[in-house]
Amino acid sequence: MSILKIDGVTKTYANHTALDNVSFEIPKGCIFGLLGPNGAGKTSLIRIITQITGADSGHIYFKGERLKPAHTKDIGYLPEERGLYKKMKVGEQLLYLTQLKGLSKEDAKARIKTWVDRFEIRDWLGKNIEDLSKGMQQKVQFVATVLHEPALIILDEPFSGFDPINANLIKDEILRLRDNGATIIFSTHRMESVEELCDNIALINRAQKVLDGPVKEVKDAYKTDTYQVIGNGKLLITSPDFHVVEQHDNHGIFRAHIRLLNNTSPNDLLRYLIQRVEVHSFVELVPSINDIFIQKVTEKHHV
Amino acid sequence: MSKIWLIIQREYLTRVRKKSFIIMTLLTPLLLAAFMVLPGLLITMSGETETVMVLDESSLFEGKLKDEKDLKFIPLSGSLELAKTVYQETDNTALLYIPKMSIDDPKGITVYGKKNTSLQTQVRLENVLEKEIENQRFLASGLDRATLDKIEAEVSLNTINLSDGGEKDNNAIVTSIAGVAGAVIIYFFIFLYGVQIMRGVIEEKTSRIVEVMISSVKPFQLMMGKIIGIAAVGLTQFLLWIVLSFIAVTAVSAAFGIDAAPSPAAQFAAGQAAAQGGQVTEEEESATVANAAAENEVANTITDVKQSFANLNIALIFGCFLFYFLGGYLLYGSLFGAIGAAVDNETDTQQFMMPITIPLIISFIMSYSVVLKNPDGPVAFWMSIIPFTSPIVMMVRVPFGVPAWELLLSMGLLVAGFVFTTWIASRIYRVGILMYGKKINYKELSKWLFYRV
Repeated sequence: MSILKIDGVTKTYANHTALDNVSFEIPKGCIFGLLGPNGAGKTSLIRIITQITGADSGHIYFKGERLKPAHTKDIGYLPEERGLYKKMKVGEQLLYLTQLKGLSKEDAKARIKTWVDRFEIRDWLGKNIEDLSKGMQQKVQFVATVLHEPALIILDEPFSGFDPINANLIKDEILRLRDNGATIIFSTHRMESVEELCDNIALINRAQKVLDGPVKEVKDAYKTDTYQVIGNGKLLITSPDFHVVEQHDNHGIFRAHIRLLNNTSPNDLLRYLIQRVEVHSFVELVPSINDIFIQKVTEKHHV
Repeated sequence: MSKIWLIIQREYLTRVRKKSFIIMTLLTPLLLAAFMVLPGLLITMSGETETVMVLDESSLFEGKLKDEKDLKFIPLSGSLELAKTVYQETDNTALLYIPKMSIDDPKGITVYGKKNTSLQTQVRLENVLEKEIENQRFLASGLDRATLDKIEAEVSLNTINLSDGGEKDNNAIVTSIAGVAGAVIIYFFIFLYGVQIMRGVIEEKTSRIVEVMISSVKPFQLMMGKIIGIAAVGLTQFLLWIVLSFIAVTAVSAAFGIDAAPSPAAQFAAGQAAAQGGQVTEEEESATVANAAAENEVANTITDVKQSFANLNIALIFGCFLFYFLGGYLLYGSLFGAIGAAVDNETDTQQFMMPITIPLIISFIMSYSVVLKNPDGPVAFWMSIIPFTSPIVMMVRVPFGVPAWELLLSMGLLVAGFVFTTWIASRIYRVGILMYGKKINYKELSKWLFYRV
């Protein structure tokens, strides 16, 4: 079941098209990577989902309903450009932002209590935001984003500005929120965190959706039946069923990337190899999201 | 609705708790009290009792120079040289030498002082002597002072406004003051708090909180919440100023023995009474009559002023004040908010401030120069109808009496103007708050009005 359905969304600004008939669905309870180069239209899409702006055409459905103002309560948004009221105390600020999401004062206070303990920021509650370090401010803002326990959490570059320790804390928190049933849209350029966290992705380039789906399926779709083999011996492939993409020899140890042709299986290749050389390692070469990203983005450029 | 209420609360509370707000709110009434009390205090301090030694060789003033509160006379006898020597050895202010002379030709009266005798002392002594000489001349010619005072006439004009049916007493000065005071307050309120709206918006924009806010509330709610919240701050400040000023002035006055309410008049009357108490000579009667006449005059003036105030339709003026106060603030406040949204920092606001400040300043200047002199003239009429100038100009006109239809038209247009500027402002605001790093001009702004967001 999808929590968010984006259906033919188009958004044009005065002189350029930010989104051109974009459609995809975001399944409930997953971490969804929204990828794309700078200026692709990610922020425009996020702003439409968070109802900061409206689409020119197309619709967005949240839990099957047309997106409406009441849904802001169920959505938490951490913008890439972080910001809080500088001269406001942390506690008051959290309370204010949470109340604006529609929580009662008592509920908001109870939530703040649990969250400040989890993030160990109880001591900061009475401090003004401007007295905190940048990293601390980011932490407070992350808490402010998830405090009302929304069903959909949108994080734009959530790890920027965090040191590795706090980045890990945030990562664990994202996973925990997912396990508790929340859906997380995760917009980033950092592909290694996408590999690590995302269940599904969508790639947007030049206002259009280029691909989307579960990470595994996307990768499968982009794999080329190529295997990396490392072994001992002199490798010389003569079969027309296998194509050597590249090969390096070093003191009798070889490393080769071999592509299967003519519907052969990896076992066929393995059998073929075993008869000729000593195989130390046999691994399928799966494209990284990074590879796919670069491939899709640059290929679009050439068209 | 509850969201806008939350925003109003935040805008209000964060400002009201600011140190600068508290200091301003407390300091202003104290300054006011100080300004009220200081001049009086300074006069009392400088007004030490002056003691004048008198050598009267003419014997005309023997027993006639009466001690007053801060002016005492010490009679001397003997030669002038001796008197000078005696005077030199004392701290007394001056030595008054009256040579032998006749009442018809009072010449040669001299004042010796250690420093230059102050003009004030000189004038006082002249007055005392003149009065005494006059009295003696009256006596010589068979008239007495009391008879003369009865003859003396005092005229003060009552001006009565016959328009609008009833007769109304009216005192142009009081009327002008009531209107101008209201207009001045409105003018400053719009500026002071309008700029606060602008700063608040810029702050939200530069701190980037605005994107988070707009994902929870509508831009319009954020803007109106801010405008209303700051209006509440302004009203609170004015209310506190009124209450605290009253307390401060009362307290300070009590401490320094100055009667607060009708202070100058009462002080005057009290002074007269004290002077009167000191009169114990054969002329007591005549002096009492003179004082009574003076008191009467004072009392009349007070009644005049009071009556003028009473005849100013206080309820109408106050109602109009509140209406134009809020109407003007809302009209301009939303525009200030729009400016804040259009720029990235305060230094960029200049070019957009111009069209807002010019009508305000013009209406302020015109209020003094034209409207006050001719409150029913064409300039006054048009400026009090047009929404951008009406909050200030109409306020000046109202105490002079404005036909109901003009007032209603002006109010209606002000409401319409407020709705219009708020609409414009909200269109600019919703685009501007998410726009960064772009230098905006008027052409760009006008495009924003028709953007789809």
